[in-house]
This record gives sequence, structure tokens and C-alpha cells, in this order.
Amino acid sequence: MTRFILRRLAISIPVLLGISISTYLFLSLAPGDPVTAMLSPEQMSSLGPEWVEQQREALGLNKPFPVRYGLWMKEVAQGNLGFSYRGGQPVLDLILERIGPTLRLMATVMVIALALGIPLGVLSALKQYSWIDYLVTILGFTAVSVPSFFLALGLIYVFALKLQWLPTAGMNGVGVTPTFRDSLSHLILPAFALGLAQAAPLIRYVRSSMLESIRQDYVTVARAKGLRERSVIFRHALRNVLIPIVTIVAIEVPGLFGGTVIIEQIFAWPGMGTLAITSVLGRDYPVIMGITLIGAVMIVLSNLLADVLYAVIDPRIRFS
Amino acid sequence: MATDTLILESNEQHPLMAEEPLRIRSTSLWKRFRKHKLAIIGMSILVVLTILSVGAPWIARQDPYHVDLKAYRKGPSAEHILGTDSAGRDVFSRVLRAGRVSLSVGLVAVSLYVLIGVILGGTAGFYGGWVDSVIMRFADMVLAFPSLIVIITIVALVGPSIYNVMLVIGCLGWPPIARLVRGNVLSLREREFVQAARASGAGSGRILMRHIMPNALAPVIVAASFGMAQAIILEAGLSFLGLGVQPPTPSWGNMLSDAQSFRVLEDMWWLWVPPGVMIALAVLAINLVGDGLRDALDPQMRR
Repeated sequence: MTRFILRRLAISIPVLLGISISTYLFLSLAPGDPVTAMLSPEQMSSLGPEWVEQQREALGLNKPFPVRYGLWMKEVAQGNLGFSYRGGQPVLDLILERIGPTLRLMATVMVIALALGIPLGVLSALKQYSWIDYLVTILGFTAVSVPSFFLALGLIYVFALKLQWLPTAGMNGVGVTPTFRDSLSHLILPAFALGLAQAAPLIRYVRSSMLESIRQDYVTVARAKGLRERSVIFRHALRNVLIPIVTIVAIEVPGLFGGTVIIEQIFAWPGMGTLAITSVLGRDYPVIMGITLIGAVMIVLSNLLADVLYAVIDPRIRFS
Repeated sequence: MATDTLILESNEQHPLMAEEPLRIRSTSLWKRFRKHKLAIIGMSILVVLTILSVGAPWIARQDPYHVDLKAYRKGPSAEHILGTDSAGRDVFSRVLRAGRVSLSVGLVAVSLYVLIGVILGGTAGFYGGWVDSVIMRFADMVLAFPSLIVIITIVALVGPSIYNVMLVIGCLGWPPIARLVRGNVLSLREREFVQAARASGAGSGRILMRHIMPNALAPVIVAASFGMAQAIILEAGLSFLGLGVQPPTPSWGNMLSDAQSFRVLEDMWWLWVPPGVMIALAVLAINLVGDGLRDALDPQMRR
């Protein structure tokens, strides 16, 4: 097991290395210069251009590409992702400030997806080929087909503008001390806009694997023992269906991360997505690079987690 | 990442998979596809949407580019059946014309990445060794990028346009296809009919093109159809953000961006509901067709 994890970690290293190299390449192609990007504006103005020129020599900016990349990587490894072109704040601080709201949104989306996906999938499997099954299938297809931003507009129209039950934007009310109720009311619409589409693959998975599970011998045995149907379904059949869901959730993370970008923009959610869009529109390259790097690390880690969990959960998978 | 390979590897040992390789035989394929009711519905919607988009200039007589500032955001009327937009242009003819843009972005982008994916995946699976490692690590890397952020960055940098959107989606979408093809080629490479071909003296190019690829491509068609649905959503999302197809060229996504104003959202449904419904319909139709193809191409998967 340890060897498997180490091997998977070893595979991730060239991937992360490749990502950092292409990120750096991009940064050096973008207007501006990668090392002045590492200086805050205050440092720039107090030290003057001569100093920067000197520093450039000292830092070896005229050196060949691998050396420059090494220098940049050294800063990144120490947590210096550079400074924003616009505000001058360190990129890492900007991202850390925004990562919490994004994770909060993503977690809520996953909760909604699971709360919808598992019961509907089980229902669909138990009533295979009934009208419920078809209805759930069609709803699932519709959920993945309606773009999240159109769904978001529809939700805002109905629940915020017409019914006025829920707020249209932000993470908390303006000028209100944040309460749980207030935060929750701000979360509901953006989380549903993403959660419905995320539920669809779960429904599909739970349905098919439940169908497979109820035909297994151990379920027949449970029935033969005279257990009640409810107990057979929930305690014996469903249990084996549920465990691999952990890995499905981990696999969905990268896609979900992308999905939050547009939804955050619509709901003015103060997360990494809105930061990414403002930075792209404002040509704030250090920030974009920082988000890309952090996002890639998050994705690599969640994939690694998915693989490891998959292997831990299912002893039939050998670690070779 | 390697999860897919793990799943594929466990499938390879599955007794059911050891049957005859699946070939794309068009007649039996159509027979099986026809039984899939939802797929037929999807196919019909898709045909109608295609006719509407291709025939847009004849179906909607209004000029989709004609600016008429006196007709600023007017509601539906006999002259403009879906009203007019912020520049007084006819929404109905723009919605139809946008279909051309959105559908062709999906088609071109996906064709591009399927081509790249098949070439790279086929090479990796067939030659194995370091070629395989290099290609697949490259695929892992592309997959690990937060794709939407990379896409909006590149598009913003090279300039948002319909061709750049096609190109960027096309260049970043290939890894899943490459993995799929590689997995299939790997398992097919060891099969008896390939060994027979090798024994009878066929060169590696001939084996790859004549014996392996035709068998490896069936799942690619399924992946490509789902991919096209995703590409249409992606293009719409980019255009919605203002980073895709640029006005005055209409696309369903950029037509929706008007609805970011609450006034439009609340009082002018004709500006945002029609393009949104069109995206949903097109994507739904393509997903249904993809599902039908999956069932038709893979009899073992049938419910």
C-alpha cells in the first residue's frame, strides 16, 4: 500500500514539474518580466530602476532559461507566488483570502449532489423500468444539459427577483453581521445551480451499481435468511454501492472547480473564480499564474486521493 | 488520473470483455440505435436544430445584424416574433443564426481534439515503452490544469474570437480521448487476430490502421458525442463571460450575457430565455444521441 502511494506520488512529480514549467514559460511570454513580477510596487518605487537592473544581473536574469526557471521555482517553493500587477498584494495572500469561499461553495454543491444523487439512484434501481426510473433518467439528462449559468439565471429570476426569498449576490448580506441563516441563504442559489448537474453522474452510478449489487449472492443470502426487504436493501445492498462514491466525488472535483468560475461571477461570490476573471480581464498575469498553479496542485492531489481511496476501498484492485 | 486506467485494467480481465471485438457495423448499429427511444428523440431534435440553423436566412426573414436603435429592447410583436435586443436587432433571427456558430464551434473543436487524441493515444498504446510514458504524462499534465481558467487566460491573451475558442478547446480536450484509445489499443494489440496479422507479415503501420484502429474507435465516437455537448456548453460559458464569440456575431452564450443585468432578467424574458433554451435543447439532444450510441455500440452495457 505504502509503495502504491509512493509510486502514485512519483508519477505526480513530473506532472507538477511540467505544469510549473509551462506556467513559467507562459509567464515569461506574457508582457512584463517574471522577476519584476516578484517585487511589490513599493519595493519597485523605493529601489528605483537602477537597482532593478542590478538585481537582474545579480539574479541572473540574463542567464539561460533553466537557470531562470530554477530561480523562479525557488521563490515559488518558498511561497512567493509574486505580486499582483494591480493592487500590489502578494498573490498567495490574495488566493488564500479567496480559497475559503470557493471551498465552501464546492462542499455545499457536493452535499446537494449526494443528497439528490443517492436516493434518486436507489429509487431508480429499485423501480427499474418503471415511470419513476424513466422520469429520473430524463431529469438526469436534463440536469447535465442545462448550462449552469442559464440555470443560475432561472433560479435568480424565480427565487430572488419574483419570489424574493433569497438574495441575488454575495456571500453575506451587506452591512449585516454574518449569521448562519444569512450565509446559508446566500449559498443556496449558487450551490443548486451547480449541484443539480453534479448529481446526474451520481444518479447514474448509484443506479447501475445498485442494480448489480442486488443480484449478488450476498444479497440473495440476506433475503434467504428472511431479513426484511428494507434491511436487505439498505444494510446489505446499498452499503457496497456507497463506498466507491468517495472516489467519484474526488474525480468530480476538477470539473467542479471549473464550474465555480462562471457561477461565482454571476453571484458575485468572493472566491477564486471571480478573482480569476477579474485578473484575466485586467491582465494581472502573476495572479492568473498563481491560481493556475494552486488549482493544478489541488487537481493533482484530488486525483491522487481518488486513486488511493479506490485502492483502499476495493481490495480486489492490486497495487502493482 | 490513473483511476481510469485502473478501471480499464480491471475491465480487461472481465470475462465478458474477452468476446469478439466490437466492430462498427452500420446496419446492426442503426437497428440497435433505433430501439433507444430517447436517442431517437434526441436525433430528431438535433435534425430540427440543424435545419433551423442552416436555413436561418430563409426561415427568419429579418437581418440578424440590422441595427435599429428605435427598436431598443422591444417585446415580441408581429414583426419581431421574439422581440429585439439592445441594439434593436431581431432576436428570433439572431437565435437561429447563433445556432450555426454554437453547433460549428462544438463540431470543429471536438473533431480537432478527437484527431489529436486518436493519433497520440494510438501511438502511445501501439509503441508502448518510453513513447507511451512521455505521451501519457503529457496527457496527465494537460488534464491537471484547471482547464476553464487556462482557457479563459489563453483566449483573453490571443484575443477572443470564434476561431480561437475552437482552437483552444480543441488543443486542450484531447487527453481523455488519448487515454481511451490507448487503453483499447493496448488490449487489442495482444489479441489473436492481431498476432495472426503480424505472423502473416503485415507491417506495423498496416496492423495499426487496418486491424487495431477500426476496433478501437467505437468508444471514441461515444466520447466525441458527449464531448460535443460539453464543448457547446463551454463555448456558451465563454461567450457569456465575454471571452468567446464576440458581438455582433450572435452566439447563444453571448446573447445570454445581456441577462446579467437584473432589469433584463426580470422584465425582458425574450432576451435571455430563447438562447438559453436553445443551448439546453441542443446539449440535451446531443447527450441523448451519445447515450443511444453508447448502448448501440456496446451490447454488454445495455440495460
